[in-house]
Amino acid sequence: MIRFLDIQKTYDNGTKALKGVNLRIDDGEFAFLVGPSGSGKSTIIKLITGEVEPSGGRLMVNGYNLNSIRLKQLPYMRRTLGVIFQDFRLIDKKTVKENLEFAMRAVGASPREIRKRIPYVLDLVGLARKEDRYPTQLSGGEQQRVAIARALVNNPKMIIADEPTGNLDPGRSLEIMMLLEKINELGTTMLVVTHEKELVNRFSKRVIAIENGRIISDETGGYYKNEEII
Amino acid sequence: MKKSYNFGYYMAEGFHSIFTHGLMSFTAVFMIVACLLIMGSFSLVAVNLEQELGKLERENEFLAFVDESFSREEAIALQNVIETIPNVSQVSFTTKEEAQQNYAEKYASDKNAALYTELPPEVFRDRFSVHMEDLSLMQQTIDAVEAVEGINGHQAAPEIAEGFLLVRNVATAVALILIAILLLISIFIIYNAIKLGTFTRREEISIMKMCGATNGFVRAPFVVEGMLLGLTGAVLAFFLQWGVYTLITGAIDTGHTIQLLTVVPFKDIWVRVLGAFAGIGLLVGTGGSVLAIRKFLQV
Repeated sequence: MIRFLDIQKTYDNGTKALKGVNLRIDDGEFAFLVGPSGSGKSTIIKLITGEVEPSGGRLMVNGYNLNSIRLKQLPYMRRTLGVIFQDFRLIDKKTVKENLEFAMRAVGASPREIRKRIPYVLDLVGLARKEDRYPTQLSGGEQQRVAIARALVNNPKMIIADEPTGNLDPGRSLEIMMLLEKINELGTTMLVVTHEKELVNRFSKRVIAIENGRIISDETGGYYKNEEII
Repeated sequence: MKKSYNFGYYMAEGFHSIFTHGLMSFTAVFMIVACLLIMGSFSLVAVNLEQELGKLERENEFLAFVDESFSREEAIALQNVIETIPNVSQVSFTTKEEAQQNYAEKYASDKNAALYTELPPEVFRDRFSVHMEDLSLMQQTIDAVEAVEGINGHQAAPEIAEGFLLVRNVATAVALILIAILLLISIFIIYNAIKLGTFTRREEISIMKMCGATNGFVRAPFVVEGMLLGLTGAVLAFFLQWGVYTLITGAIDTGHTIQLLTVVPFKDIWVRVLGAFAGIGLLVGTGGSVLAIRKFLQV
């Protein structure tokens, strides 16, 4: 569960990225976070992943109080999250399987756990037969599936997808979004940051819109309405 | 249990990384070898100098004269008293007759030999040659010997003792400064080698951190890499040092002009040399890698 209580974030250069955000995302939810560039979406993600600290307010992520979290606890909080990026961020010199192994090793998984978990996750994202391919041998959509598999492989409570379809064509984007929906149906909380209005509107999920550091709308089954922010 | 899985991973990653950045690794090892060789050579010179100085120090002595009112038996009895004085390593008694004879022999070839050789023994006094453990305590030792009843006067050359001490202090200071400088240079080189590795792998590091890797997990392969580089440099430097030292000591042993020098055999010191090289190699490798990775952990 994520809980923002009057969260404010002012960067060292004086930029006020968030001006009192209140937000609650419960376990098992699927939510889109939408808004124009510079609205504060990235800051929200950075706050959730612990890359930056809030300047004010209270922030809870999966049971961790990020206002008072100790640096040594931060990795354990991050293990409750899976993060997907627009540019995939895969390691090109490692195969699909090795990319996933790498993520599991980072959290100290045993070889037995690794052997058991990776085929299951690759099957889930539809890449069971491509485990020995290198990322450069895969299409953009497939690379994003690998990134999703990597985010999923440590069985996180929540996945945060930062513009996951930003580098994909509409057909692949829909496939990826359907995959994220499927993963959500299996119990993983999903927060998807996106610009893509048509995609958001097609899924009829909760839509949280942010602008100028403030949440301007938050509707379940809502739509991405503002034409100008596309 | 999890740590045991990771150990193999750390070793494999550290080892692999050495070859990924082969040129930089080679440069780092080469520079560590060079630094250790310079450090080692200078230290071995210092060890030999120390031995030579020790020998010369042990030969350094002062004379304590016996009061003329003491009989020969009384004078000889003083030896036991002097031997109990702290810092006195060896005491030998010389009668005035023996002193006269030694004096005459010393100046036998002088053009005015008759002037010295014909001096009667009465001119001389019975005396003790006193050797010391620590030359820096010479004055205190002289004072203690002078305080013994029956000892009246002494003859010493404190400037020689001071000379020895000066040479030793300068040698120690130069060795320490040189070692400190070379140590810093070595750490800097390892730091750069590892930093290059961390820079090219910064994306991997950020992914690891995002997945929830601890700083220790991220740092460990780089520390292993640094330790392996440091140890490789240390082992290579040890064998080179062995070769160089054997060559030089061989030349000294066969050279006719430097027969006065006795060199410490390498077999007597190889354990200390290997231990010091391995210790410094590990220290430099670990220190350099920990410094290099620090910045990349702040994600």
